[in-house]
Amino acid sequence: MQGATIRSRPVYPGLAIAPLARRHIFALEGEGAGALLDIAGDLTPEVLGRSQILYVARGSLGVGHHGALQTLGAAFWAAPTVQPLLGRLDVELSRSHMGTRLYLAGTEGFIGQAMQVAAAHGIDPASVITEHRGSRARRVQCVHCKGVTEGVTASPFTCGHCGLNLYVRDHYSRRLGAFQGVNIDAEEPGAVPPPEELYL
Amino acid sequence: MMGDLQMRVTALHDEAAGIRRVRLEPVEGGLLPAFSGGAHVVVAMPDGDVTRRNPYSLCCDPEDRTGYEIAVARAAASRGGSAYIHERLAVGDVLTVGAPTNLFQPDWRAKKHILVAGGIGITPFVAMMAQFARAGLAFELHYAVRSRAAAAFAGVLQDRYGPRVKIYAADEGARLPLGALVQNQPLGTHLYTCGPERLMDAVLETARQAGWPEQALHSEHFMAPPPGDPFTVTLGRSGRDVAVAPDQSLLEALEAAGINPRYLCRGGVCGECATKVVELRGTILHGDHYLTPEERAESRTIMICMSRFSGDRLVLDL
Amino acid sequence: MDTAYSATHRPETFRDETFRGDFSYANSPGNIRHFPFPFHEDHYRYSVNIEPHVPGLPGSAFEHLIDVDEHYLAEMADRAQVLAEDPLRYQALPHMMLAQWDTLELLMEEQARAYPHLFTLERNGDQWRWINRPLGIDDTFTFGDPSTLPREPLDYICRQTQGDIALMDQREGNLWMDAGMITAQADWSLDFDVGMNFHEWHAPVPLAPQMGVFDRALKYLLNLQVGKPVRRLNWTMTINPRLDTSPETYPKWGPDRTTVTPENVGQKVHLRVELQSLWRLPRSNGMLFVIRGYMMRMDEVVTVPKWGRRLPRVLESLPPELAEYKGLSRYRQTTIDWLKRHDDGAPTSPGIFPD
Repeated sequence: MQGATIRSRPVYPGLAIAPLARRHIFALEGEGAGALLDIAGDLTPEVLGRSQILYVARGSLGVGHHGALQTLGAAFWAAPTVQPLLGRLDVELSRSHMGTRLYLAGTEGFIGQAMQVAAAHGIDPASVITEHRGSRARRVQCVHCKGVTEGVTASPFTCGHCGLNLYVRDHYSRRLGAFQGVNIDAEEPGAVPPPEELYL
Repeated sequence: MMGDLQMRVTALHDEAAGIRRVRLEPVEGGLLPAFSGGAHVVVAMPDGDVTRRNPYSLCCDPEDRTGYEIAVARAAASRGGSAYIHERLAVGDVLTVGAPTNLFQPDWRAKKHILVAGGIGITPFVAMMAQFARAGLAFELHYAVRSRAAAAFAGVLQDRYGPRVKIYAADEGARLPLGALVQNQPLGTHLYTCGPERLMDAVLETARQAGWPEQALHSEHFMAPPPGDPFTVTLGRSGRDVAVAPDQSLLEALEAAGINPRYLCRGGVCGECATKVVELRGTILHGDHYLTPEERAESRTIMICMSRFSGDRLVLDL
Repeated sequence: MDTAYSATHRPETFRDETFRGDFSYANSPGNIRHFPFPFHEDHYRYSVNIEPHVPGLPGSAFEHLIDVDEHYLAEMADRAQVLAEDPLRYQALPHMMLAQWDTLELLMEEQARAYPHLFTLERNGDQWRWINRPLGIDDTFTFGDPSTLPREPLDYICRQTQGDIALMDQREGNLWMDAGMITAQADWSLDFDVGMNFHEWHAPVPLAPQMGVFDRALKYLLNLQVGKPVRRLNWTMTINPRLDTSPETYPKWGPDRTTVTPENVGQKVHLRVELQSLWRLPRSNGMLFVIRGYMMRMDEVVTVPKWGRRLPRVLESLPPELAEYKGLSRYRQTTIDWLKRHDDGAPTSPGIFPD
């Protein structure tokens, strides 16, 4: 079961505009669009003029939020899937300077992956502004074969890479952007309890 | 094992007007531990009846294991340490020196290091730059001085690092171009500043105004314990009273009374000398950078290296 | 037997043994008394128990600050095998290079000082020559230049040092585990934990955070000084003398826990002790964390009467959630029952050393 607090898991305090930033880059996934739309009142023309919105609809209920985001009036780019979005984020950051602030909103797995891109550019994770929106599904690394499974909603589950039965440990690696999956029936092979949908 | 070292003064050199560099080598010979850029040592100096123990940044190459060097500015209102080094210290004297401690360490993750020094605040950066250069890291130094004559290490640093060192002499009308400094720096740049409080405040504020996050900003507060009104402290365990003179810190008064509390920085930064307050009738004049505002308000803890007291009774858990 | 401690610990020969397959690992009688038994009293009590890491009783594991014993060669061979199968057991984030050199220097200096018949370090400026006689290594390199060593400095020296190693970077008032070589871990993954801060990598430990011990320990460690290392003991139990009880290989060793019977406790159940030492590193201001592991099977433990009496008493007093965390639940009672045969109920003397 999920603990009350997981000390290795980041906290996602919610999007708030850093008023002094010279440039704002928003990387949003699915329902994460709502995190920005909810603070649209804070998006002055000055802020919008310095903003770049990168969006991928994955994980959205319904059709996504392209229209609403585009209406904000900032530079907008939509990615078909997460991978190209991360690639574009990498390019944007490589041409950015100190004074640029990064905002991430979406599922925990998405935030974790975007955070890895940011860290490679020397951005301290504590300076990234984050909000968890959408599914509570977890991104899980199998500690045995190192394969990562996206969108895990139940524990235990079967590793899509090596086939071991894994339970999802309440331990999160920022470097990997993933929770840890550990074989549940190592001591008594076959003794696997029924999966519980814990992370919907 | 390394505790306090007995070190002999092997060279005294006037590095610039009013700034004296002291080279110290171990009396027993042998190699000293290397250290990290930004580290300081606490040097004990006799000053009348009092032993002054002042922290000084090491300003030599950390890979020179034969000696440590410090540079000391002649302070206008010296508490003793600065005047002692400028007027009385001689080659051949032996001083007690603590192990290097670092409260101003570079962030090794940085893609680039920008150092902004004012006056004697140059010292920690001399050692840092030696490490950056050896490791091939990107850095630049911006050094504000009253005049070139007062610019310690300026020549040697320009010789070593060329255009990466920029000097701004006030008497030539040059000012630190702070606004330009914090613009167009690559992501992952870290900014460090050391010098007068006003300069450090200006540097940090300029960076914040340009959107830099706190994680990229580093400063070292070079502070001496503030003088103040005399007061008396009571030691809870023995019931003994210790008087603290106007130009003495609480820690110094305790040491003079034969008590040896733990300490590292003697500048209100590290937290090592945190001492429990057993009884308080009056106000603690907190002078440290360590306690949170809440902890200051509660006053259950006092940092004895920097803080003073005003009131009827202060009992410490000592 | 007491005279064992009058002699300095000076390993001359190394056991040819295995930590897998036929599990031929064992302690010679002299090495049993070398073992750092972790319990000061008959009751289990959680504490951080940090003390200065200064040279201790001659002959004990505390005599030398970096301890080398009769298992050196076998441990190095097992480590090489683990790394060949899973290179992710070695990790070093890019900003840790200076701390790597600090660590190489420290481990070379300490080992050469303590065991001059095994190791020699010759320094001529930044030209260094390192001789490791047990492993047949004689390398000359330039200190500070990674291209003059066959591997990264940390990788190089960890393959020649008993014990797991983690390196911490200090920043933002915290310690960050940003490098290490961990091949004999008690159920934690360096690959997963690398990059975490002090609170994060301790997240799975039950009870302790509520007790605030980690906050206090962290404050203490942040002010640790060069030349004044500290140590603490930690312990768990392992079935079979298997060094590599990593999460990665859990499916391989997990089933061992079900194989304990009243008949095989003495052979199979091992007390596993970590002598953890923490050292401030001079150039990087980072911190070296050495986790030096020792294993001793129950048959060997009870050859020291004091330990045979104390261990079952401690195991009985262990809180269930800690027994679960340490993975002892399945065989704790069987082990206690077996050990009780060696506990005559007599009082034990204080401290950890044999009478």
